[in-house]
Amino acid sequence: MTFDQIVFYFFAGVLVFAATMVITIRNPVKAALFLVLAFFSAAGLWMLLEAEFLAIVLVLVYVGAVMVLFLFVVMMLDINLARLREGFGEYLPIGGLVAVLMVIEMALILSDGFGAGRVLVPHPTDYSNTRELGRMLYTVYAYPFEIAAAILLAAIVAAITLTLRRRPETKYQNPALQVRVQRSERVRLVKMKSEKKN
Amino acid sequence: MPLSSYLILGAILFALSVVGIFLNRKNVVILLMAIELNLLAVNMNFVAFSRFLGDSAGQVFVFFILTVAAAEAAIGLAILITVFRNRRTINVDDLDTLKG
Repeated sequence: MTFDQIVFYFFAGVLVFAATMVITIRNPVKAALFLVLAFFSAAGLWMLLEAEFLAIVLVLVYVGAVMVLFLFVVMMLDINLARLREGFGEYLPIGGLVAVLMVIEMALILSDGFGAGRVLVPHPTDYSNTRELGRMLYTVYAYPFEIAAAILLAAIVAAITLTLRRRPETKYQNPALQVRVQRSERVRLVKMKSEKKN
Repeated sequence: MPLSSYLILGAILFALSVVGIFLNRKNVVILLMAIELNLLAVNMNFVAFSRFLGDSAGQVFVFFILTVAAAEAAIGLAILITVFRNRRTINVDDLDTLKG
């Protein structure tokens, strides 16, 4: 067993173990933490594949932002755990059967053709995954890049709109109404007799 | 490690995610986590194929999958919080007000 293989089996084992824990554990906080472990192991595997930029992005963005968000939400919600486990054991045999069948089918398809027996040819030492991704992303895939930015903007607006709560007594300005104001709403001319000084 | 090892690993992760959705139908938070596992399996496949076939397009696509997955997780959790504020429960069985 070369060092490469040992590292692969270690990371893959931790990844599969963490994934199993995510779906079976009772406590959602522990499930979220096991998902964090799964992402770290996947990042380690991607490092083996010399995709170091994607591995770091996985840790920084997915674990650092998305999983922290999950943990925030899970800890904020007051969850009644007993009811949430109903039907767990009832569907475990059929779920396990479906999973095993899926893995066997995928393994059968992949083991024949698609060049699945290829071995890794290491890149030359000046290969930089970051530079390679940057080269592709800003030239060939610039348009999808901009669309991804628009998607993120839509997600920001949607998430804020869904969860924003406005307190009714706070005073704030409404520029739309301010701009639409008419003169008749602000000025009223009153005809009065001029007063005589006696 | 040959390519097939990474592909089998992706297959196992995908199957685990499907089983997770089977088993945790009632808990919306674990459902969202199973979907994240699903995307991780797909990403693993993309990165492995991109590396072994020498085409960086796979890794660029992983970039976009990560973007969309982050956006979807944010919106999903925002919906979850809003539902929880109104209904005080995340049990899927209690979210039945649209039923005829």
